[in-house]
Amino acid sequence: MQYSVNEILETIQMVKLDKLDIRTVTLGINLLKASDKKPENLVKNIQKTVYQNAKNLVKQAHEIEEQYGIPIINKRVTITPIAAVISPALSGNKERDYRLCLKIAKTLDQTAQKLNIDFIGGFGCLTENGLSYADQIVIESLPQILNQTQRVCSFVNVGTSRSGINMRSVVKMGNIIHKISLGKNRAIAAAKLVVFCNAVTDNPFMAGGFHGLDQPDSVINIGISGPGVVRRAIEKLPQDAGLDEIAAQIKKTAFKITRAGETIGRELAKSIGVQFGIIDLSLAPTTQKGDSVGEILEKLGLETVGTHGTTAALALLTDSVKKGGLMASSNIGGLSGAFIPVAEDKVLSDAVKKNVLSLDKLEAMTSICSVGLDMVAVPGNTKTTTLAAIIADEAAIGMINHKTTAVRIIPVKNKKAGDYVNFGGLLGGSYLLKTHSAKSDQFIWRKGTLPAPITGFKN
Amino acid sequence: MQKKKKKRAIITVIGRDKVGIIAQVSQVMAENNINIEELNQTIIKKIFTMVMLVDLTQVSLSVAELSRKLNKLSGKINCEIHVHDEKIINAMHRL
Repeated sequence: MQYSVNEILETIQMVKLDKLDIRTVTLGINLLKASDKKPENLVKNIQKTVYQNAKNLVKQAHEIEEQYGIPIINKRVTITPIAAVISPALSGNKERDYRLCLKIAKTLDQTAQKLNIDFIGGFGCLTENGLSYADQIVIESLPQILNQTQRVCSFVNVGTSRSGINMRSVVKMGNIIHKISLGKNRAIAAAKLVVFCNAVTDNPFMAGGFHGLDQPDSVINIGISGPGVVRRAIEKLPQDAGLDEIAAQIKKTAFKITRAGETIGRELAKSIGVQFGIIDLSLAPTTQKGDSVGEILEKLGLETVGTHGTTAALALLTDSVKKGGLMASSNIGGLSGAFIPVAEDKVLSDAVKKNVLSLDKLEAMTSICSVGLDMVAVPGNTKTTTLAAIIADEAAIGMINHKTTAVRIIPVKNKKAGDYVNFGGLLGGSYLLKTHSAKSDQFIWRKGTLPAPITGFKN
Repeated sequence: MQKKKKKRAIITVIGRDKVGIIAQVSQVMAENNINIEELNQTIIKKIFTMVMLVDLTQVSLSVAELSRKLNKLSGKINCEIHVHDEKIINAMHRL
């Protein structure tokens, strides 16, 4: 036979037992063409553009799922950063402009619901060089928007390696995250917002995905995952296998799952008649048993994730995943690497409970993982300046190292460090991490720009 | 290398061995004018495993439709049936 039975059974095992899946197919839609000076036209155009572009997404994704025998978990849409789209329709009257923002968010929410789309990302702005009036309106509307909609996700970029970090924006985000956490949907609302440094324009994952201005009118990006598959591959090796052997094994596995993702992504793009963009190969854990990045790190020989050696183990994992993916496809993009969303990964959350995984260690891990502080729950009374300082630290790691870093932090009202919070569903649950009580106020209130590194000026 | 225009699928049937599994799966192929190109069957510890490479190039039925048909049969013969478009197996296991 052209394929051996073992090869076919390996694929079936990856899907059935090790939860290999296409984590998301994300349709990017350019909304600039929906922009209009008249608010009522703008709302109508946005609704129409999203609906027209995405109407076949879910149906076609189901068809492809059955054709290839690999599940597609989420169907999502990203849009042009909304601040750029609404700008011409803003009146200058803040209250009126907040209302327009909320109306647009609700329209997007309803459209997503109607089309059975899980999340719609891009309700945000790029602020690394300064906050435009539209950026301010969007950011200041977020507490209301994220608390009053279910499927709208937001991002704010506060820095790049080229421009430095806009500390005014960082301070603002500290305040906004705190305000979000006081709303009726609190925790879940904060989980739909990501603050970035060096945000990428083709990220298919949520909550931080958006459709960049450098993108075509519409594009399909794919996010594949498979922590379980990588764990199984490591388990197949002898207990005393060397790190080179482990790296090679992870690369082979990453290669296979990337090729699967690319095949499916291209077919889906073709079937809905849009360009294929990128594959984001990120090991994204879920709350399901065996689908954990923390568990892979422990399999490498750490008693509990978060202990000394964790950053090194994560470096091996992230790098091998990237290399395997890069050999498999020329269209690797997005974030690609390993996600460490604490609440969504039971092994990580348990390590917090055991007092082994701290916020400081997580920060160190983010200097080499693919994103940043992700789904990190902290006490609700965390000072806004402390939230801003956490964002500033994370952004600085990204800016200096020319990588994407992000913060998705969730202050949980009326809870203290060590308490458990259950977010429900895909968002999982987590023990609250302890933040330092020593203040960062004076540093944060200096505002201004944190200058870009000298390596940012290559030209 | 697989020829570009071929539309082929790989069907895997796994379950407890009993009379007529191959016959019933083959019957679905015959009814839909699908040619079986290759077939491999083994029994390990009473577990029956069959892998079939079938050609759908000449038929209007899509691989997804075939998958739905076999899904129905799967309950009847009490076996797991997996259907994959050949392209995915080729992408994952061939350079």
